[in-house]
Parts: sequence; C-alpha cells; structure tokens
Amino acid sequence: MDTAQYLDVFIDESKEHIETLYRKLLDLEKNPNEKTIIEEIFRSAHTLKGMSATMGYNDLATLTHTLENVFDAIRYERVRVQSEMIDLLVETVDQLQIMVDDISGGGDGSHNITRIEKQLQLIEKGQLLEDTEQDLVQEEVSVHTTSVFTNIDEFELSILNESQERGFQNFEITVRLREDCLLKGARVFMVFEVLEQLGEVIKSDPPVSDLEEEDFEFTFSVILVSNQAPKEIEEKIKKVSEIESVMVHPFSITKYRESKDSNSSVNKITDHNSVNKDKEEQQKELQVPVKNQQKTIRVNIDKLDVLMNLFEELIIDRGRLEQISSDLKNADLQDTVERMSRVSSDLQSIILTMRMVPIDHVFSRFPRMVRKLARDLEKQVDIEIIGADTELDRTVIDEIGDPIVHLLRNAIDHGIETPEERLQKGKIEKGTIKLKAYHSGNHVFIEIEDDGAGINKEKVLSKAINNGLLTEREIDALTDQQIYELIMESGFSTADKISDISGRGVGLDVVKNTIESLGGSISIDSELGKGSVFSVQLPLTLTIISVLLVELNKEKYAIPLSSIIETAIVSKEQILSAHHKKVIDFRGKVVPLVNLKDVFDIPNTNLDDEYTSIVIVKKGEKMAALVVDSFIGQQEVVLKSLGSYLSNTFAISGATILGDGQVALIIDSNSIIK
Amino acid sequence: MSLETTTEKKVIVFQLKDEEFAVSVQQIGSIERIQSITRVPNTEKFVKGVINLRGVVTPIIDLRTRLGIEETEYNDSTRIIIVYLDDMEVGLIVDAANDVIDIPTQTIEPAPEVIGVVNQDYIEGVAKLENRLLILLDLRKILTAEEITELKTVEGQ
Repeated sequence: MDTAQYLDVFIDESKEHIETLYRKLLDLEKNPNEKTIIEEIFRSAHTLKGMSATMGYNDLATLTHTLENVFDAIRYERVRVQSEMIDLLVETVDQLQIMVDDISGGGDGSHNITRIEKQLQLIEKGQLLEDTEQDLVQEEVSVHTTSVFTNIDEFELSILNESQERGFQNFEITVRLREDCLLKGARVFMVFEVLEQLGEVIKSDPPVSDLEEEDFEFTFSVILVSNQAPKEIEEKIKKVSEIESVMVHPFSITKYRESKDSNSSVNKITDHNSVNKDKEEQQKELQVPVKNQQKTIRVNIDKLDVLMNLFEELIIDRGRLEQISSDLKNADLQDTVERMSRVSSDLQSIILTMRMVPIDHVFSRFPRMVRKLARDLEKQVDIEIIGADTELDRTVIDEIGDPIVHLLRNAIDHGIETPEERLQKGKIEKGTIKLKAYHSGNHVFIEIEDDGAGINKEKVLSKAINNGLLTEREIDALTDQQIYELIMESGFSTADKISDISGRGVGLDVVKNTIESLGGSISIDSELGKGSVFSVQLPLTLTIISVLLVELNKEKYAIPLSSIIETAIVSKEQILSAHHKKVIDFRGKVVPLVNLKDVFDIPNTNLDDEYTSIVIVKKGEKMAALVVDSFIGQQEVVLKSLGSYLSNTFAISGATILGDGQVALIIDSNSIIK
Repeated sequence: MSLETTTEKKVIVFQLKDEEFAVSVQQIGSIERIQSITRVPNTEKFVKGVINLRGVVTPIIDLRTRLGIEETEYNDSTRIIIVYLDDMEVGLIVDAANDVIDIPTQTIEPAPEVIGVVNQDYIEGVAKLENRLLILLDLRKILTAEEITELKTVEGQ
C-alpha cells in the first residue's frame, strides 16, 4: 500500500493524539479514578496504534499497543493508577513523540523501545484481579435465555462492559411486528426512535441496513444500554402500533463470552500486534461511532483567506442590494434581499470563526513541559494558565509556540529558585509561573509571570559591559526597562552556570527576533527578589473581536468590548466639576469625562442635552467615561489595519468593515486614558 | 521601426484643476469611482479618510489638497486612483482619469523651476507631447511620512 500521500495527515493526527495523551495523563495524575479520562487515553492510544500499524511504523505501533494494554488493564480495574506509574507513562509518550518527530523529519520512526516496553508490561501484569471482577459481573446478571447475538465484537463488548460499570443495564430486546404490518421499515424506525430516547442501541440483528430495507421477517432484536426498568422499556415500545410482542431480557456479557468460547474454537484476540487485526478493529470502530467525537477536515489556510476575501466582496454587494431594494419598494425583492442578508450574516460568523483557534492549542502542552523541566532542575514549579480560551488567528498561533516555550524555560531556569533558596528567602517552596493571555485593542498580550528571583540589574550591567554590549558611560542614561531588555541582546547570558535548558545566550534574542518579525514586541518588568514579568504583545492581523458600535454625529466608531466596563446614561446633574474638568461619580469612584467629539474633531452640536450617553472604559486600574451620541449595538467585527500609511493615528487602533460595506474606525481607549 | 521608440513609459493621465498629470501604470492598482469615505480624525488635512476597497481598508488622499490646489466638490468624473508604493496602498482623489498613453522617455524633461501651481518637489519630470504637457508626479515624495512632517514644520512656522 502506498502510504506516502497519507503521511502528512498521519503526522498531524499523531501529534494531536500525543497531545491528548499528555494532557490526559496529567489529568489522570490529579484524578486517578476518573473513568472518562482513562477511556480517552485508551481511545487515543488505540487510534494511534491503528494508524501507525497501517502506515507500517512498527515500533510506534508496538509501543502504543503496550500502552493501550496498560490502559485496558486500568479500565477493567486490574491495575490501579499510581503516581509512579504516571512518570513511566509520560516517558512512554515522550518516546512516542520522539518517534513521530523522527517520522515527520523524514525518518522511519524506528526507536529502541524494549526497555520501556518491558516496564509497561510489568505494570500491566501488576495485580491481576481479573477473576474476582468476572465473578462480580456474573452475580449481577440474572438468568437469561440464549441470545440471538453471536457476533458481538470486542469494541462493542467493551462498551457494554463499561456501561455496566457506570450503572447502566444491558438489555436484549426482541420485537415482533404484526404480520399484517404494511410499512415494516417505518415501524422499525419508530421503535428505534423510542429506543434512542431510552438509551443507546449498541447492536441490532438483523443489522440496521437490512431493517431499513425491510429485509427481515417480522422479528428483530437489539442490544440496548439503558438505565430504565425492563417493564418500562416494554411499555414504551408497545406504544408503537402494529407491534405483536416485545420481550426485554437482561443481556449478560459473561454468558455471551462463555457461549461463544464453547461454540467457536479459541477466537479470543490474544495478539493485537498483527497489522490486519488492527485494521479490522479500526473498521469496527467506525461502525459504532463514539458519541461527542467531532468530525473535522483539514483545510489549507490559503483557501480560507480567499474565502474570506470573496465573502467581504459579497457583503459590499449585499449592502448595495439592500439599498436598491429599499429604493424600489418591491415587496418580493425586499423579502428576498432580507433573507439573503440573514443567510449571509450567518455565513459571515461561520467564516470568521473558522480561522480562529483558542490559544489553548499552544498552551496545553506547557504544563507537561514545565513539570518535566522543573523535575530535571530539581525545582518545584506550578503553572497557572489564564485566558486559554483567548482566540487567535491560526497563523499567529503557529508562530508563537516556540518563543513562549523559550520564555517559560527561562523563567524556570533563571527565575524560579531552588526550594532551599526559596525557603531561605521566606517564600513557599513551590514557585508559580502565571501564563496569561488576553485581547486588548488591536493586540493580544501574553504574559509570563514568575515569582522567582527577579533580574539583578547590577549583574546585567556588569555582564553587558564585559560582553562589550555597552560602555560605562552609557549606563546612566538607561531606564530600568532598558536594562532588563539588555538580556535579550544577542550574546548575553546571565546564568553563571550554563545549562542545556537555557543560558547558551541564544535564547532570548531569538525570542525577541521572532516576536518582532511577527510585528509584535516584548517588554520586561522585574523586581529583585519578587519575580519578573515578560509581556509579549502580538498584533491580530486578522482577528474577530466584539465591539460596541457608537454614533458621533453620523460617524460610526467601534469600541472593543474588552476594554468596556459598562455603558450608562447620566443626567446633567450627575456631571460634576473637579479641577476644571468634568467628572462623574461612578460607583464611588471619580471618573473623568472624555468627550470623543473633542478627541476626534467632530463639531459638537448638542451641548445642552439633558442626558448624556457614556461608555466607561478601563485601562488597568484607570477608568474614563467616553461621551457618545448614541449606542448602536454590539457586533463581532474583523479587525483591519488602517494600512501602513496611517499606522500611527492617535486613539485609533484600526478599522473594520461593517455589514453595509462601510468602514468604521476602532477606538483605542488605552491611548485616551492617561 | 527604430530602436529608440521602444523605450516608452506607459502612464495613466489624470486631471487636477486644468493641468494634466501622469503616474506610471506600474504603480497603479486600479481606478475607482468616488465612494463613501470614512473620515479618520487627527490626521493631515489632505487625508480624506479610508474606504473599503474590496475588503482592504485603504487610506485616501485628496491630491488637490496635498499639492496645495484649492478643493472642489466631487462630481461624476471624480476618480480615486489606487497606487502602490513599497508596502503602502493609498488612493488619490483626482478630478478625472482620462487616458492611458505611452510617452517616449526622451520627451521627459526635468521639472522646470516654476510650473503651474504645483511645488516642484513633487514633480519627477515633465513630458511634452504634441499639444499636451504632462506633469509626472513623484509618488514617493507625495506619500512618504518624512515629507509630511517637514510640511508640518513649515506650516507651523
């Protein structure tokens, strides 16, 4: 089989599965008994195994298979999850990662896995509680007639098994339709609809496709997983007309296994290694789609760009059409245009969100990295992630991963002290790194904050002089910020001891360059002994933000919702004067009033209105009340730059194209608040 | 045909007041009718605002104001010429866009000291055709920010 064409997909998907494995393993460490986590790990390992076997990467397949076995054992409670196990499991996934990286780099993914495989097998065999488990299951199951089902596969069995563990019951239901029934297919459909409400149909005999085509006599059977009483199920099915009889029996997996073993010669799948079997299993898995698993396809981002641009042109024409139809006053035309408008706004929101990816995509791999790194350096570090749902354009997401990794490594290596040092300084042993992402105006901010040692200015300066980065004379002119930023110059490293994590002097300057090449910037703030904050500011070349549209003398402006606290209408009496400035009292705080018309040179027509509409915006702790004529409403818009010709316009961070094709400017409230 | 005639420059000819100007077609993206312009506050007087040019927010300069010619009302013949310079994309408002012609390069002469109403700083050269005089604009000078700030200081004094 020629697999080359699937290689990209394979690599992409493998990486995703490895990502899931890592994440779930860490979750598992926190909740070792959570069934859903174990289930998800099992599923990921299983899929990965199937894929790699199909692609012919044997080592990868073998190792994932071993991993899968371990989780199979955990799933059936033959083995208990212990924290020592997690280390080995994480290491296993590390090995998988190495192999996949090798494959994506053009290698064949072969790797020495014998040691880790042996260790995993030991875990798997750890404590075999199998027999007692089986007995329990048997006791639960009451007497039951011989089943019509003879070909339930392992996967379906595993679902049945699991449902039992979760307190559901498995039933075998046999329905007999009346012989004068005319539309058998329709009745079957109705029965299935009832069944779906009661629980989940795992299998039917004859298969669903035959039932649909009415290719059966008058009787059919299903296996249903449900938490309802058998009597109730029977009653509900009987409500469908033209049904002769309904029989509901509990279905026993153990009995099934026994009868199957006696019927057929040893048919148990003992060796998962063979490629063919994996394929079979995969196909079976497809037949029973796991619920809440979303289907996705991969689309080239260029195509999305083209789609986006085409759509924007469509919007302009839509605006024109709306205009024409309202001029012509033709009811039919107006109807159609109105419907088109509605459809296209739905389309718009879908296209806009298609390119956006939550930053979690990048952040999710950090906890594991931090954990490992901290362990390697014998430090105790906790990572706290804030704003992982901040959405970013895919193109930006792809680029920021590496710089942030570098910054995190730097924070752990140079920032956070060893537990002993921390205790000496009166801090708690465990250091904390806060990773925070948020939108502000035209930018996304990512902050990496540690509560470590902070940056020693003296040390930075003497090092900079030694390395010839600056002369003694220049020192006096430098601000603290500028001193901190020296550590991002190329050929600078403050760590006395050079480790292989950071400190080769090639780290931070690369970070700076990468961020600047993305059109962003990085700044450092630090307090000796307390910790440092690295703030990365990145532009949103194509991002959707929520804005409040406001009107100022027929001109429309957009204020990003992220900076708005609230909107209000205040009467004349509420506007006070302080130091010759107009202010209002907002929940006990004095907030200065800023008339946007003054800021934007708009003729002020209604000076003496009884009521004033204001938008209260914030910048950090500071607030301001922006005076506007009226509020139009909230809207999701695409941020666009004003073009390089007008890049430095005061108080304007960008523009957006409204539904009618008009350009509205986006207010940068940060520059208005002083 | 002699070899000399092959060195020609294709230009777009447009009108401002009663003079004809030319810009090389290579710098021109498109010619648009006048459309609704969103004013951008706190910018130079000649920056009329921005338009939505097929999904791209494009700044618009009133070329009359930029060159110090008095403003007029926009009418049916008013056009916006979209020009590209480096990574900038800017629209220039002109009274009318007439024509695309080839000017033989040898007819282009450096700008004389005084020509019409336009400051010679913005002129790359002048092309004399049979009965027309075309002023070749130096787009870089018209669009670069340094020039704008210089202009500001001059005005400020």
